Amino acid sequence: MKLLLNVLAGPALLLAASQAFAADDAALVHKGEYLSRAGDCIACHTKEGGEAFAGGKAIASPFGNIYSTNITPSKTAGIGNYSYEQFEQALRHGRRADGAFLYPAMPYPDYALLTDDDVKALYAYFMHGVKAVDTKAPKTDLSFPFSQRWGIRFWNWTFTDSDSFKPDASKSPEFNRGAYLVEGPGHCGSCHSPRGFAYQEKGYTSQDDDFLTGGDVGIWHAPSIRGGKGGGLEGWSVADITDYLASGRNRHTAVVGEMTSVIEHSMSYMSKADLTAMATYLKALPGQGNAISDDKAATDKTAKLLNSAKVGKDSGERLYLDNCGACHFTRGEGGARIFPVLNGNSLVNAEDPSGLIHVILAGSRMPSTKAGPEAVAMPGFGWRLSDEETAKLATFLRQAWSNKAGSVSASDVAKVRKTIPQKVLNESKPNVQ
Amino acid sequence: MARQEKPVDVVLVGLGWTNSIMGMEMTEAGLDVLALEQGKDRDTVPDFAYPKMADELTYGVRLKLMLPPAKSTVTVRHNIHETAVPYRQLASFLPGEGVGGAGTHWNGHSWRPMPEELRLKSYVEERFGGDIIPKDMTIQDFGVSYEELEPHFTFFDKVMGVSGQAGNIKGQIQEGGNPFEGPRSEGYPLPPLKRTYNDDLFTKTAKAHGLHPFPLPAANASEAYTNPYGMQLGPCNFCGFCERYGCVNYSKASPQTCVLGALKQRKNFAYRTGCEVLKVELDSDGKKAIGVTYVDSKGEKVFQPANMVILGAFAYHNVRLLLLSGIGQPYDPVSNTGVVGRNYAYQMTGGTTMFFKDKEFNPFIGTGGNSTTLDDFAINQIDFRKEGFIGGSYFSAAMTNGQPIRNMPLPSGSPSWGAGWKKAVKENYGHSMGIHTHGSNMAYRDCYLSLDPNYTDNHGLPLLRMTFNWKDNDIRMTQFMKGKIEMLAKSMNPDSFKSSYKDFGTNYDVRHYQTTHNVGGSAMGTDPKTSVVNRYLQSWDVHNVFVVGASVFPQNLQYNPTMLVGGLTYWAAKAIREQYLPNPGPLVQA
Repeated sequence: MKLLLNVLAGPALLLAASQAFAADDAALVHKGEYLSRAGDCIACHTKEGGEAFAGGKAIASPFGNIYSTNITPSKTAGIGNYSYEQFEQALRHGRRADGAFLYPAMPYPDYALLTDDDVKALYAYFMHGVKAVDTKAPKTDLSFPFSQRWGIRFWNWTFTDSDSFKPDASKSPEFNRGAYLVEGPGHCGSCHSPRGFAYQEKGYTSQDDDFLTGGDVGIWHAPSIRGGKGGGLEGWSVADITDYLASGRNRHTAVVGEMTSVIEHSMSYMSKADLTAMATYLKALPGQGNAISDDKAATDKTAKLLNSAKVGKDSGERLYLDNCGACHFTRGEGGARIFPVLNGNSLVNAEDPSGLIHVILAGSRMPSTKAGPEAVAMPGFGWRLSDEETAKLATFLRQAWSNKAGSVSASDVAKVRKTIPQKVLNESKPNVQ
Repeated sequence: MARQEKPVDVVLVGLGWTNSIMGMEMTEAGLDVLALEQGKDRDTVPDFAYPKMADELTYGVRLKLMLPPAKSTVTVRHNIHETAVPYRQLASFLPGEGVGGAGTHWNGHSWRPMPEELRLKSYVEERFGGDIIPKDMTIQDFGVSYEELEPHFTFFDKVMGVSGQAGNIKGQIQEGGNPFEGPRSEGYPLPPLKRTYNDDLFTKTAKAHGLHPFPLPAANASEAYTNPYGMQLGPCNFCGFCERYGCVNYSKASPQTCVLGALKQRKNFAYRTGCEVLKVELDSDGKKAIGVTYVDSKGEKVFQPANMVILGAFAYHNVRLLLLSGIGQPYDPVSNTGVVGRNYAYQMTGGTTMFFKDKEFNPFIGTGGNSTTLDDFAINQIDFRKEGFIGGSYFSAAMTNGQPIRNMPLPSGSPSWGAGWKKAVKENYGHSMGIHTHGSNMAYRDCYLSLDPNYTDNHGLPLLRMTFNWKDNDIRMTQFMKGKIEMLAKSMNPDSFKSSYKDFGTNYDVRHYQTTHNVGGSAMGTDPKTSVVNRYLQSWDVHNVFVVGASVFPQNLQYNPTMLVGGLTYWAAKAIREQYLPNPGPLVQA
């Protein structure tokens, strides 16, 4: 708010002929700020410990690191000289002011759906609501042929569609608002849609069957978020999805991995009405039956075994009882909004077990948001469990209750362990004198 | 010259239960708030991370979550003719250290006081006649009524997610609850914890005697829970590591699990750890505080200006700070003048342990609030004139843990070491249960707190001196309870039982754990001649200083103090927000 007041007092708005006009401008800046939250611009355009929107964050891609740009209104290092038209070109079509093509790490194929009014609001915000930072972001320097930005032109021709959002008249306004937010600014497909041979998202809208059926982001599985019959979120209600987006937790699970910052910096700022609209839209998308259904007999069998405590000394069951049972309990049921349900959990059952392994070794912390202020954390067990034990435990988890996923080997664990700093592995280690 | 920091609206001394609450209330009022905590920063993870806490030697015996006496302690003596000596080894009571304070290492017993306890002196005078009050007993009314505090108790119940069974809702007695409690406006936020075998046995026995057993009100969540601040608790798993430990799985109410996450989100709140407040600084005429002086973790002296100072450190630390700052007149028991340090009180406890060869209790399945209790011998149930004492107790058949080092009760006559001890452990572990009494402790003219004339801390400031001993009134009370408990114990047909209750002539012994319910010394009340703070917990002498915590009790309840401490804090916060902020000055005319 302080920022806004400074803006209002600043020269930028001295042109305003009347108070009313200034108020309109302020409202537009405010709307732009909200949309920038919806688009989570800050996530990619801010580096760890850096100033907001000053860029320089390395975005890992299969072709090398792409550094995000400074999008503050700095005239020397940012986009302070961009006209509205140039801003619109960059945002919706991936063209820089100098005409060069942006790498599609910038989700302009999704932003193409943005309405003119929303692009104007975003422009107002980035020109008048953001603090200018005169620090240049490092240049992206990919190896040949990826260094040849002109080639992106062909990628754009093949894979993008530059029309802005068209509401579906046969659907409710709520569905349409949700569709716009998910497909457009929210760019959920960037992670939750599978990628094709040219690293393009397979589908950008609800018209495409592959849209939002799940993808991978580094070691993390971004699950299917289609909520209709056969979708990954079939078992979640509109309220469950809304709760999750607002707070990073709900009665089924809690956020881990890359989605944590999306909740923290983007989704938790959205209005309840918008989150409900997004949830309504997702619930209307049927899936291809890749959700795990609860198999009561199998769940009872595991629970009975764990309750009896008659488990092998070096077994996965024993490791579960000693390390996990305290919070997740013997039916893998956890506790609503605080301890994720492990039975049928998408992370536990992901094809690539790396995300699950990471959580076991390093732990995980929920973000502190308005709707969920407590940054509930699971401690890491990497200081305590060997690669062999972690593999045994992960294998047990992936085959316990209704879960049906492949086994995990000690070398799978070793690979993930190598990527975690020792300090993180030891964070919860007892310090006994 | 002390370095000077940027002024704030409110400085909070300590960041445990009371000042977490004050932080929420004062930031909500739009004020800039800064908390200064003497100890370390502590968070559930990594500080209380599973399985780190399940280490009895480190936390239960070596007391790693407590304030080490080398850093700060009190001196103790039994009467005014003795020279007090420092309490060098923590045992009798355990002041917590760091963010969360004692709220991190408690068991979670969440009792509202009986309405009669808040107006004890008036109750005794009206019901039995003032002549039964012994000459040197200095009990008083709190100056605030149960009815006034009820909404705050209800809110604090919700903040902590207390699991229990109400006994009296708006005057309607509820089956399975405590029929002798003050009326509640609504039931507990969570159902009672699951019952263990000892609970069932005690319930059966108590009912057979025509008594009224009920589950102890426990701040250990029986189910997953979200409180009014949006903070969360996970279902308690009965791991048996509550008292002296931080909770490993977000089940026990603490400032960390119930308040701090929400408080830290507020931009007008900040806190600094490793900052020990030495003094509240007053303006030239001593009528107004201008801030506090503290020593930071690097040993630098800092002056922190503030418009308001709220003392929310551990009970007797509050008293010491008042004395060091020259706020209020120090109490002198000989001339019976002054108020600061007056009416220090403690807690009278005892118990009987029964041994059963044929019963398996699995004591390792426990939690801090796992207990079946009864109030049939509580303050409002006893004829003080007939029984010859003023006071009361609740009975508790608890099974909180089965920790092997400190929880190994053995029958009388068992060897205390060697092969015979091992044999006894083998035969008895898991075969015993206890019934304990937790009772009131009255205030007396010569039980008080003052600055020690001989001993100083590492800053050269005098330590606090505790002058305290047990008195016949309270011994009579506990002996009465012993009779009742032994009657119940015998009727449970144990193979043997042994009792431990204080007897006439017993001196206060700091070498054994009793409770950390040190109360009084900055009593609240309606008369500035007998109290340090008024009914809104505002200093009578310095209107922008408020004192929160058990140090404001004029004598001790029969119950654990946390619920009343929290209720009084919300009560004081309401007075600050509604009366003090619009019109700063004394809220009660002396």
